Amino acid sequence: MKLYELTAHELHDKLVNKELSSVELTNALYARIDEVEAKVNAYVTLDKENALLQAAKVDAKIAAGEKLPVLAGIPGGIKDNISTLGLRTTCSSKMLSNFIPVYDAHVIEKLRADETIFLGKTNMDEFAMGSATTSSYFGATHNPWNLDCVPGGSSGGSAAAIAAGEAIWTLGSDTGGSIRQPASYNGCVGIKPTYGRVSRYGCVAFASSLDQIGPITKDVTDAAIVLNTICGKDEHDATSLNVEVPDFTKALVQDVKGLRIGLPKEYFGEGIDPKVKAEIEKAVKKYQELGAEIVEISLPHTEYAVVTYYIIAPAEASANLARFDGVRYGYRNMEAKSAPEMVTMSRTEGFGAEVRRRIMLGTYVLSSGYYDAYYNKAMQIRTLIRRDFEEAFQKCDVILTPTSPVVAYPIDGKMDPLQIYMLDVTTIPVNMAGLPGISIPCGFVDGMPVGMQLIGKILDEETILRAAYTFEQATEYHKVFAPLGGNNND
Amino acid sequence: MKVSAEEVKHIAQLSRLTVPETEMQIFTEQFNQILSYADIMQKVDTTGIEPTPYVLPITNAFREDIAKPGVSHEAALSNAPAVENDGFKVPRVLE
Amino acid sequence: MTKYITVIGLEVHAELKTKSKAFCSCSTEFGGTPNTHVCPVCLGMPGALPSLNKQVVEFAIRVGLALNCEIKPYNKFDRKNYFYPDLSKNYQISQFDKPICEHGHIDINLDGVEKRIGITRIHMEEDAGKLNHSGASISTSDSSSVDYNRAGVPLIEIVSEPDMRSAEEARAYLENLKAILEYTDVCDCKMQEGSLRCDANISIMPEGATEFGTRAEIKNLNSFRALVRAIEYEVERQKEVIEKGGKVVQETRTWDDANGKTLSMRSKEEAHDYRYFAEPDLVPVDLDEAWIERVRAELPELPAQRQARLMEQFGLPKYDASIIVASKAMAEYFDEAVKNAQDAKGVSNWLLGDVSAYLNNEGISISEFKVSPAHLAELVNLTKEGVLSSKLAKKVFAEMLKEDKAPKALVKELGLEQVSDEGAIMKLVEETIAENPQSVIDFKAGKDRAIGFLVGQIMKKSKGKANPGMVQKMLKEKMQ
Repeated sequence: MKLYELTAHELHDKLVNKELSSVELTNALYARIDEVEAKVNAYVTLDKENALLQAAKVDAKIAAGEKLPVLAGIPGGIKDNISTLGLRTTCSSKMLSNFIPVYDAHVIEKLRADETIFLGKTNMDEFAMGSATTSSYFGATHNPWNLDCVPGGSSGGSAAAIAAGEAIWTLGSDTGGSIRQPASYNGCVGIKPTYGRVSRYGCVAFASSLDQIGPITKDVTDAAIVLNTICGKDEHDATSLNVEVPDFTKALVQDVKGLRIGLPKEYFGEGIDPKVKAEIEKAVKKYQELGAEIVEISLPHTEYAVVTYYIIAPAEASANLARFDGVRYGYRNMEAKSAPEMVTMSRTEGFGAEVRRRIMLGTYVLSSGYYDAYYNKAMQIRTLIRRDFEEAFQKCDVILTPTSPVVAYPIDGKMDPLQIYMLDVTTIPVNMAGLPGISIPCGFVDGMPVGMQLIGKILDEETILRAAYTFEQATEYHKVFAPLGGNNND
Repeated sequence: MKVSAEEVKHIAQLSRLTVPETEMQIFTEQFNQILSYADIMQKVDTTGIEPTPYVLPITNAFREDIAKPGVSHEAALSNAPAVENDGFKVPRVLE
Repeated sequence: MTKYITVIGLEVHAELKTKSKAFCSCSTEFGGTPNTHVCPVCLGMPGALPSLNKQVVEFAIRVGLALNCEIKPYNKFDRKNYFYPDLSKNYQISQFDKPICEHGHIDINLDGVEKRIGITRIHMEEDAGKLNHSGASISTSDSSSVDYNRAGVPLIEIVSEPDMRSAEEARAYLENLKAILEYTDVCDCKMQEGSLRCDANISIMPEGATEFGTRAEIKNLNSFRALVRAIEYEVERQKEVIEKGGKVVQETRTWDDANGKTLSMRSKEEAHDYRYFAEPDLVPVDLDEAWIERVRAELPELPAQRQARLMEQFGLPKYDASIIVASKAMAEYFDEAVKNAQDAKGVSNWLLGDVSAYLNNEGISISEFKVSPAHLAELVNLTKEGVLSSKLAKKVFAEMLKEDKAPKALVKELGLEQVSDEGAIMKLVEETIAENPQSVIDFKAGKDRAIGFLVGQIMKKSKGKANPGMVQKMLKEKMQ
């Protein structure tokens, strides 16, 4: 097996047993990046020099017999909307193409404290607005399972990097499915923790009431390991929860006996690819074999999730992205004669089409005369979506759905914005209700991975991790490696 | 049509953006397509339903009033497109 | 000719005296090199988030209670969206539909008439940065540079009801409000430096009308004088507009102090759609009763209470007391002085008279006054004891202004002690009687004027130092 095919927990054992040094491992990852990056384009920025310096430090500590956290010396990638001190952070936008942060995000501080290695910053949809990683200023990312296909998004770079062996673990961010959906399209494990579990400080805000950082990994164990590092209260984020963080690896037990798994009928209706549905149904059978109890549930407001999301998220984004005005940092049009003109031209030239569309949509729904009809109405429906889950969780312990109604689709597929938006129907409700959700591989359709989503109660990551781990240990899907087939026609 | 090209221009102005004339038609169409889709919300009776601006019921996240150093002057200005008199230089503020 | 009624409401912004900013830990210290008290939060760096300073809430509660407001246990922050280079996030964190305080009032007193001015609301928000213009003014500058040192400094905005009907009422309201902000120790209240700022909403309506006229919002009122002048100007301007058959436009205007005019600020009007929505980066505030009650219990003495106390404890007339309490520093000076003084009214006379005249003349405040309260008390006592005549006391006071020495020492130094020695005075009485026989005859004939003449003569001989009471008494006894 190649080093880049191993998991963080496997590599940790090798480092500790001195079978391998972190420098060797890091070099192996960069060699793999050199080999495949031209086809995949998972990264926006690489930071080899600092990564190797950090690896050498870890090796010295291991040589000195120090006990180190699991992630120490294990190379990972960071989504390019997470602020890294001194390392360019672009949000895959022309607007920030030269931006060097002056501070570390809270999760980066925590990962640095664990002595982990940052290989570089991963590609994404511009400002996380998208679900295909095609809107990046630095070019689209390609799906390692079929380079003609999208990797999903917005954390497409983070997921593709895992699938292509260009990172052992990565961080993504999830506003409406941006961790889970690319994880599913790339045959990875991706978890969006409960809203407030992980500090958002330093994650460039898209929709503040929905955004959450989480890991993308090769298996459930690695996901739990990264969660252990990044979760916890941060006084810089008022919305981060002041609750004890369990050791998530303790939840990794093979036992779903008596676990009540809810299947929401609304997620299995029209719109779902029948082949995807078949794979999910196989997974449901597997759970039954493993002793779980399957219950049918209903989440009646599911059909409104997409529309409310595409009102609430742009509304928040329209304010969050107002700071990109060319005054303090970022792209500036230097020809403008006045400040208002400078701001308008810088924003028009610095943002891509989808970002501009969403800012304007958000501005519109908040503007005087439309607030009640759109924004407030959407916020009320959000309440109903939240209540749907509360009621459903009376009958079950976890909810099982397809992560996406489809598998990764061709990059040049012609779809209008609304058609693309509709594909997020399976992931969006989870963000609207602040719940934890995980996507794990559960099958293939025409050679492309299918992901299954497990949704948990607020702060109950442990149950979905346990359910995911039990399934994973009983199946082989997570062990299949992406073939890097097809062509990157860029 | 929910919004006209003229309204799109106004929204763009509020957003400090411009929509190029060549893209105005398609942009307005797509904008209207999304807004028309939003009409399905009217099917939901939300009488008496409180909106959810905060997803979790937490309150009172405070910081004690202690002053701490921020970033250095140099770091503050390190990404500035233009600097003058220790500040972020902008062209004339009035149009 | 139509008579018009003026309708005024004030919006007052007070910078809170916290150590750190409202939503980050940067220092609120004034001045310094631009962009030295900044961090990712107040610079609006990508990914930075606000976290609320508890002291801001504490101060807002304190002011709310002092202004007789209802404290709203559940209140929340909102984003007010507008683009301006001094606003680092291009939205201001403020409170829109659920402010922390509502429904308060201030009682003002003009020429003995009490009037209650309603307070609609108080909300918490953050200050913006500062634009330094390359030229003399914003309109003549080709560029400006932005300093975010003030960005994020906490403010409270106190919005009054449109209850004021004249510039003098507005001034009285603002004076009262300023005193309360000083007493509660939440704000420096330096209008010139901008730590207390006032905008006025002004409209006029014909007498008998039931609906207010269209209002103009006047900004940049950074002194009491500016407030009064701006209101007077604006009222005349609006009258003129209406009388010429025009309509007052709802707009923001700025006070041009140099030219004594209000000027339209069209540029600020252009996008008056703030698109408020709940700030998702902050959680709501939910005050428990115990917190509010603790702040209430810890409230310092307020101007109205202090005025009542000065009247009751020291027997000061209402007028004296009201002027002394209008400034916290003045009231504290009084309290300090009166501890050592035998005559409270005497202290008040000095403060309202010569001391105030001196301060006004010098353009300084009582906190910069060199004469210590103890020395002023001593001066009052020397007069009370008859050591100094009021005329000589003024002489001593003039010396104290040069150097804050003890009045007793100065009296000695200047040889100004009143002569109260019976023998010495008797000598002067006898001399004077001998020199003015006609006056003695007149006195005995019942002409009262004669005694005044004789006293004057004796005082002249003593160079003003003889105790006038004793002179009078002994003179009368001698001539009987």
